[in-house]
Amino acid sequence: MSFESEMSKGSFVIPQCSTCQKWVWPPTDYCNACFGKISLKKGDFQGRVIEFSRQNDDYFCMVEIENSFRIMAKMSDKPKIDQIVKISKCGIEDGNYYFEIN
Amino acid sequence: MKRVAIAAYGITPFSKDDKKIESILFESTKNLLENNPKIEKNEIDTVLVSTNNNSKYLSPILSESIGIQPKIAHSIENLCNSGTNSIVSAYSYIAAGLADIVLVSGAERYDSPGQILEWDNSRGEFKHPIFWASIFTSSYKRKFGISDEELAMVSVKNHSQAQNNPNAISKKTYSVEDVMNSKKITDDLKLLDCSQSCTGGASIILASENIIKKITDQPIWISGVGQKTISAGFTKNNSFNSMESTKIASQTALHMAHKEIHDIDVAEVHDAFSVCEPMALEAIGMANHGEGTKMVKELYETKNLMINPRGGLIGCGHPLGATGIAQTIEITQQLQSRARNRQVENPNTGLVHNMSAAATSSTILVLEK
Ligand SMILES: [Zn+2]
Repeated sequence: MSFESEMSKGSFVIPQCSTCQKWVWPPTDYCNACFGKISLKKGDFQGRVIEFSRQNDDYFCMVEIENSFRIMAKMSDKPKIDQIVKISKCGIEDGNYYFEIN
Repeated sequence: MKRVAIAAYGITPFSKDDKKIESILFESTKNLLENNPKIEKNEIDTVLVSTNNNSKYLSPILSESIGIQPKIAHSIENLCNSGTNSIVSAYSYIAAGLADIVLVSGAERYDSPGQILEWDNSRGEFKHPIFWASIFTSSYKRKFGISDEELAMVSVKNHSQAQNNPNAISKKTYSVEDVMNSKKITDDLKLLDCSQSCTGGASIILASENIIKKITDQPIWISGVGQKTISAGFTKNNSFNSMESTKIASQTALHMAHKEIHDIDVAEVHDAFSVCEPMALEAIGMANHGEGTKMVKELYETKNLMINPRGGLIGCGHPLGATGIAQTIEITQQLQSRARNRQVENPNTGLVHNMSAAATSSTILVLEK
């Protein structure tokens, strides 16, 4: 099981260091603090919208996941700053990650 | 540590031309050597090439094409601040005594692969620079209560200033209304808020103190160098309405030069998008937080050219690997009083701000007569 194989299946998991427990983002094979091995943590993670803009009909948001790291994700409804969101869809297309939130 | 000065420069017009990267490198180098007959090309002992182009071995290629055999020759890539990174490398070779005369040549094509950092997957499908620029703009407007019209003034000023620069890609002036009515890219960005990727080359020669007098009567000294990398990924920026790497690099460079920010008479700042100019002015300490656009408006209304006299990235175009070198050439010309109809009155000290990928890294140079 790797982060990208989970992402390809539409499942968002958080890479965590098996040694120091730090969440490591973006996903790599080893912890960037202690070089410990990474394991993948499943869960129902929360995000918070910290900034956003819009292109055509889609909003694109800077989302902070579990007060830890950030991703950019698409949202169809107009977001509010500090709105709590969940990742509703994710995956990899042509080598690029994509995330949708609601 | 040996002192290092800028001795000569050469530049090409910035355009959308479809040219080979090797030809662009050659063109600005040829321009430099033809305009500086005191430089004996065989005395160039180092050649550094700055580009994001994927072609390999460009520095030996440039060296061979101008008929020299330098000791040191290699490329340097660091996205949009490749140019000043190359100048800092040249500075370091000379300061350390490893080289005496270094040619730094930057070049890019309009279709540069350096526009998008594929690695940064945290941005999901939003990898094009317009998305970080929109997040910066949205955050800056929200934090400081700034309007789109106030930001549009950056584009108005820099297009206007570019009309005094024959090498700039912009051949037109625009009003705030024109900027506001230009094509909407996102809710926070219009087409005229953006610099455009383009084809262009810029070359510079740096030399050590013991050689400089032989090749120029007007050396411009690099007295301060500051650099800072925060991250590679855009989402790791602590703030989206300020430039942390620029602030730190600026403090380092001014400290090294024994200067305060009010000693700076002329500056080139990295206005990749409108919002970047006020953010840069605030980060280097020329404006208080949230007051960068006020300064831009005052400069425009008083016809004060001290910020981005050549027209900045928005007015000149942005050939990534050449930009930092072109900015440094502009400040050099200003300090030599050779900037013609865009000359700032009698400047003694200038500053260059060049950054990459949403200010995840920055370089600041302080230059003096
Ligand atoms: Zn660890």
